Amino acid sequence: MNTLIIISVLPLVLLYLGLYKAQKALLPVTVIGLLAALGFAVAEWNSSAVPIYSGMMLFDNFSIAFSAITIISTILIIFLSRGYFEKISNHIAEYYAIILFSLAGIIVMVSFYNLTMLFIGIEIMSVSLYILAGIKKSDFASNEAALKYFLMGAFSTGFLLFGVALIYGATGSFSLETIRDWVLDHPHAKDITPMFYTGVLLIIVGLCFKVGAAPFHFWTPDVYEGSPTLITAFMSTVVKTAGFAAFLRLFSACFAPLSDFWVPVLLVITIVTLFIGNITALYQHSFKRMLAFSSISHAGYLLFAIVALGANSGSSVLTYATAYSIASIIAFGALILVQQQQGSDSFESFNGLAKKNPFLALVLTIAMLSLAGIPLTAGFIGKFYMFSSALMQMQVWLVVLAVVNAIISIFYYFRVIVAMYFRDAERTELVVPVYYKLVLGFSAIVTILIGVYPSLISRFF
Amino acid sequence: MTVSILIFLPVIAALAVLLFKNDAAKHAALTFSVAELAVALFFLSKFVPNASVQFGIDAPWIPKFGIYFSAGIDGISMMMVLLTTILVPLIILTTYKHQYKNAGAFYALVLFMQAGLLLVFTALDGFLFYVGWEAALIPIYFICSLWGGENRIKVTLKFFIYTFSGSLFMLLGIIYLYLQTPAKTFDIFEFYKLGLDAHHQAFVFWAFFLAFAIKMPLFPLHTWQPDTYTEAPSAGTMLLAGIMLKMGIYGVIRWMIPNAPLGFFDWESMCIMLAVIGIGYASIIAFKQNDGKRLVAYSSIAHVGLIAAGIFVWTIEGLQGAMIQMLSHGINVVGMFFIWDIISRRLGTRSISDLGGIAKTAPKFAIAFLIIVLGTVALPLTNGFIGEFLLLSSVFQWNVWMVSAAGLTMIFGAVYMLRMYKTVMHGPTNELTVTFTDISGSETLVLSIICALIIIMGVYPQPILHISEASVTHLFNVVYPKFPQLK
Repeated sequence: MNTLIIISVLPLVLLYLGLYKAQKALLPVTVIGLLAALGFAVAEWNSSAVPIYSGMMLFDNFSIAFSAITIISTILIIFLSRGYFEKISNHIAEYYAIILFSLAGIIVMVSFYNLTMLFIGIEIMSVSLYILAGIKKSDFASNEAALKYFLMGAFSTGFLLFGVALIYGATGSFSLETIRDWVLDHPHAKDITPMFYTGVLLIIVGLCFKVGAAPFHFWTPDVYEGSPTLITAFMSTVVKTAGFAAFLRLFSACFAPLSDFWVPVLLVITIVTLFIGNITALYQHSFKRMLAFSSISHAGYLLFAIVALGANSGSSVLTYATAYSIASIIAFGALILVQQQQGSDSFESFNGLAKKNPFLALVLTIAMLSLAGIPLTAGFIGKFYMFSSALMQMQVWLVVLAVVNAIISIFYYFRVIVAMYFRDAERTELVVPVYYKLVLGFSAIVTILIGVYPSLISRFF
Repeated sequence: MTVSILIFLPVIAALAVLLFKNDAAKHAALTFSVAELAVALFFLSKFVPNASVQFGIDAPWIPKFGIYFSAGIDGISMMMVLLTTILVPLIILTTYKHQYKNAGAFYALVLFMQAGLLLVFTALDGFLFYVGWEAALIPIYFICSLWGGENRIKVTLKFFIYTFSGSLFMLLGIIYLYLQTPAKTFDIFEFYKLGLDAHHQAFVFWAFFLAFAIKMPLFPLHTWQPDTYTEAPSAGTMLLAGIMLKMGIYGVIRWMIPNAPLGFFDWESMCIMLAVIGIGYASIIAFKQNDGKRLVAYSSIAHVGLIAAGIFVWTIEGLQGAMIQMLSHGINVVGMFFIWDIISRRLGTRSISDLGGIAKTAPKFAIAFLIIVLGTVALPLTNGFIGEFLLLSSVFQWNVWMVSAAGLTMIFGAVYMLRMYKTVMHGPTNELTVTFTDISGSETLVLSIICALIIIMGVYPQPILHISEASVTHLFNVVYPKFPQLK
């Protein structure tokens, strides 16, 4: 559990560094701290975990895997932030600190063993994000994003909390173990009180808000567009991964025997999410907004693992989330560079990128192919796992609809590739800083590696 | 010696060629592809023409999901490997008079595509097959859209989305079969053993059929093809028409019918009808074409329709005819597209009505063109004849009216091909065609090789038929007893 402690203490150190104007030390200290946290997490791999802190948390392999992937994604994003935050404001230490506070909440979310911890984790994460979304104080869009996110987020947390309370009312406990036993003690549907069912439904609503699944997705595009791009990257990768980890953990631990009740609900949500995300993404002119909607559709694919709950769900979500996260980090990283140079985030600003900077065009192509799910990239392996698990549960029509959506998504992902390679623009040099080269190159290589040899990641569960 | 050498050599070659520029890239790509041909010929010399799978490799890839890197060569695969390895160096040679910008990337993509194609033709694992299928698609998409004609962006995206949609459904079919196997494996021979009922097989059939029918392409899913062929750079067109569409035919033989014989049987008449309609439809449209490249594209749909019809009847003659016809069609169509490439590069037009009398200024070119036309219209003693004969005799066993329809349109095909030849090569020269210079250098080399293959295969096809005979018979015997009633 040292991971959580390190990630909680680290922001305080950073705030002190900021106080003493040690700006240069911020990035190295953050990265070293995160690497230490990662090391402690990995060291606990396969140690037979027992619930700790009076049964509040359980740091099992599931938590370790998801902690690791969220920490790694955060490190990549922190690397990209070099020189980025300085342009927005003078209080750089606060950015790092708040991102890390949010990460602390995420670590709690992926290792909760008690519904109160789920709630507290989500709140720690969300409150930090509300601040991050509005951190460009003088920017109208950023303020709008923060306000929208805060209102919607507070609203959805209310649903979640209400659901938790109802479950408590029915079972008399917040502990996942007790709730599971209670469910197993009531094998007949008629034994389970409507209070419990209502609780499950409200929790679904609350969590769908957090992961941005339709029809609870309305906040996503505006918040993603208005927030600073790196914060958007953080929200759409790390936060989304954590949301799904928490979702999966709760449902596989407690509500799996009741799947007859909630699967139809989630099935509808999944299908609606896929179509809304994909079809709306088709009509976007801004690359950033397209990524926002495509992130909604990826939430739909990730929901497959929960709809078709099974032994492999954890590894499917992990693989898919990893693939999606690293590809998104490439996309957002490239977007930041293009935006800086062109002053716009429309598709047109990517025109002729292949000539301006072949490296950037190549890694972005790999990212787009991965997001579209083309073989030999990590995104394909993720989709393959999702389709397999859904077919295993005989959800044939769901998979057919998902295939239709995968085809739709080709249109907007390839628009970027077409713009970069096949359209011309004035030839102006676009310089990629070294840090960006490292992060983007690393992410592209990982994308291909997982695509070619998926056992790298999927053998962990 | 395992088949992995054959698959990975082009990948390494592709990476190596990336390092070269301009002419050096051409030479490097040609050297590598000839080396690949040498490897294939070496395999051929060691190949024992029986039904067994040879030079096999079986290495764990994602063992948790029962996915193995499992590939090998039997007679059917051997034919496809020969087709690919013979055509790729020829196609690279046809580009010798072109100056592609970023030549290194161009040839790297060609070689990478070759690796994907060879993976498709040798894979014995469903997952591997799918990966190869897509690995061949991505490079050709970039070849066509980076080096293609004016409308390329729209046309190639249409092509990509068409084929990608089909293949995603195929992926569903493969995963479905995988979930049915008791041992949870993607092994094709385990798929063959499954005894699903007709209802479930129908699902598998449709999943595969969509992918393969789009790739071949079969009427009415062919609409991507003429545009793509016209817009693609000529090497891209040759890769598409010469090799890539055979992926669809190969898929039908190896994956669709043996995996879902009952499902296929219920829809067999529809398949044959579509194939025959496609022959007639494409022939009629080809008749009206004035653009030479488009004419060849439509005639290619007609030829593939006949191959498809011959397979769908599922007789040994039909399958053997398909095997040799795939090889012949590949050679002929590459020759045909090269002819039009030469004409359009010299004269800047592909419009048939603007041409005439080229034979007077370019006698060598005229001879080569004539031989290729004769091969395409399947004159006896050319390579097209034996294949079409076997295919027609197979369709004959199904229905005499079908074979008359198919046969008549083949005659139709001879008419428009010869008419094209006559208009372009004979008659009076005009001020455009009088400047036409005869072929030289690499052009002569390519056309002589193609003409030699057309005549040798036409006069003595037996050794080639012999390669695939045992495997085809074996596959036929595995599948035929599964059909519900004997025809």
